[in-house]
Amino acid sequence: MYVAVKGGELAIANAHRLLADRRRGDREQAELEVDQIQGQLRLAVDRVMSEASLYDSELAALAIKQASGDMIEAVFLLRAYRTTLPRLAVSEPLDTGTMRIERRISATYKDIPGGQVLGPTYDYTHRLLDFLLLAEGETPAAEPGEQPLAPCPQILELLDAEGLIERERDDGSEPADITRDPPDYPVDRAARLQMLARGDEGYLLALGYSTQRGYGRNHPFAGEIRLGQVEVEIFVEEWGEAVCVGEVALSECQMINQFGGSREAAPQFTRGYGLAFGHNERKTLAMALVDRALRAEELGEEVQGPAQQAEFVLAHADNVEASGFVSHLKLPHYVDFQSELELLRRLRREYENRMHDKEEDAPTEDSL
Amino acid sequence: MTHLHDPSRPRVRRQRVLALSSREQIETRWDTLGIRAAHRCVRGPETGMAMLRGRMGGTGRAFNLGEMTLTRASVVLDDEAPTAGALGHGWVRGRDHRHAELIALVDACAQHEAWARRIDSELIAPLEEALELSRALAAREAAATRVDFFTLVRGE
Repeated sequence: MYVAVKGGELAIANAHRLLADRRRGDREQAELEVDQIQGQLRLAVDRVMSEASLYDSELAALAIKQASGDMIEAVFLLRAYRTTLPRLAVSEPLDTGTMRIERRISATYKDIPGGQVLGPTYDYTHRLLDFLLLAEGETPAAEPGEQPLAPCPQILELLDAEGLIERERDDGSEPADITRDPPDYPVDRAARLQMLARGDEGYLLALGYSTQRGYGRNHPFAGEIRLGQVEVEIFVEEWGEAVCVGEVALSECQMINQFGGSREAAPQFTRGYGLAFGHNERKTLAMALVDRALRAEELGEEVQGPAQQAEFVLAHADNVEASGFVSHLKLPHYVDFQSELELLRRLRREYENRMHDKEEDAPTEDSL
Repeated sequence: MTHLHDPSRPRVRRQRVLALSSREQIETRWDTLGIRAAHRCVRGPETGMAMLRGRMGGTGRAFNLGEMTLTRASVVLDDEAPTAGALGHGWVRGRDHRHAELIALVDACAQHEAWARRIDSELIAPLEEALELSRALAAREAAATRVDFFTLVRGE
């Protein structure tokens, strides 16, 4: 029998107080400030903004502080805040071609207009712990070059005079919005990209990796990777034109993949695309791999690997949903479990009765 | 309304420069400029979001990338102002109400022809210049990380 109980208010209140105490840590140490997180843990902030699907670096930094650095909890906090805000506008599509470049490289063309610009990258570092960061020292300022940066046009369209690479053209269609209309599978590429853009980086990284290891192979090359600031414009009814309301940092990856083609169309390199808030390069590489894998059906490829199965990939990509459902296992399931116990006891009784009957039916030595 | 002039491009330029400048920079220069116009907010300032759109492959069909915080404000100049009743609008990324209100106030004041000239030359132009300077420095810092390829000459 189960009797409903209430309780735990005091325990919960004290647990929250304990959490706040542990979060604060040693009072001898200075308290971590939100603007320090915002300024010095930038990549953590960018990841939280991306996966929460809300660009606001101060709030992302606050979420990281509040969550004691638990990134998925921070994403959850920022995503929850997002639901309290009205939508005031929809931006004009961001023009990454006009990006103020901080980093831009291509793994497919060596000599490109604007050049290979490494920017603030962890590539080429030796992955040795830098003990100087343990000591208090001044970090020298970045070294400016003598010449300004030459324009860095999007190179896939520019350098492919032969038309060997698939082109992306705008047909003016209104994109799906999964925050307004829950995805109804199968979903088109616009909805897929929206879901991948907010998808968990670790999950997308694993799926992208799986395509490289043979589960839906598509032979990728990093055609162009760029990072920098892009101006945001919104259309203003009163003025009849679009106005700039600020800038956002974006990472973008243009992947070039193996050929598509058909009886009607000549073989061509195909493309996968990754775009994310902030400095989020690994995420965009993984996103581009998975975007391309999810185009399998459209390109007439046999679906062989998990990364090519759209509903499986997309329905499990959101770490807020995933952690919510996994974490709900911590909630009291006393009644559920009680009924399972009852069921199990009955099954065992039936089993014991069966065994008992068998014993009785079995021939005894005497009867032989 | 003959004292009002409303060519649309200067408005777009002012809005852009003010949205890309910090609120502190604007406040300092605005105070120095000394234009005083009593005003009231008729919309906001209010914080909400803008859905940011990207394009597939950078040039293709649009898709919804994710949202950003956005604040907007609309102000009307009070009766004593030379352009009484002028309506100004401002939008800015983030959650700074004062920043959005300042942009709207500048937009409203700039509908007065004489003020517009001063705003453009003493507020917008210097802010634009500061913006370009800081952008140029960032671009030079990136340029310093540009790879210069060279070919090693190997033996005959």
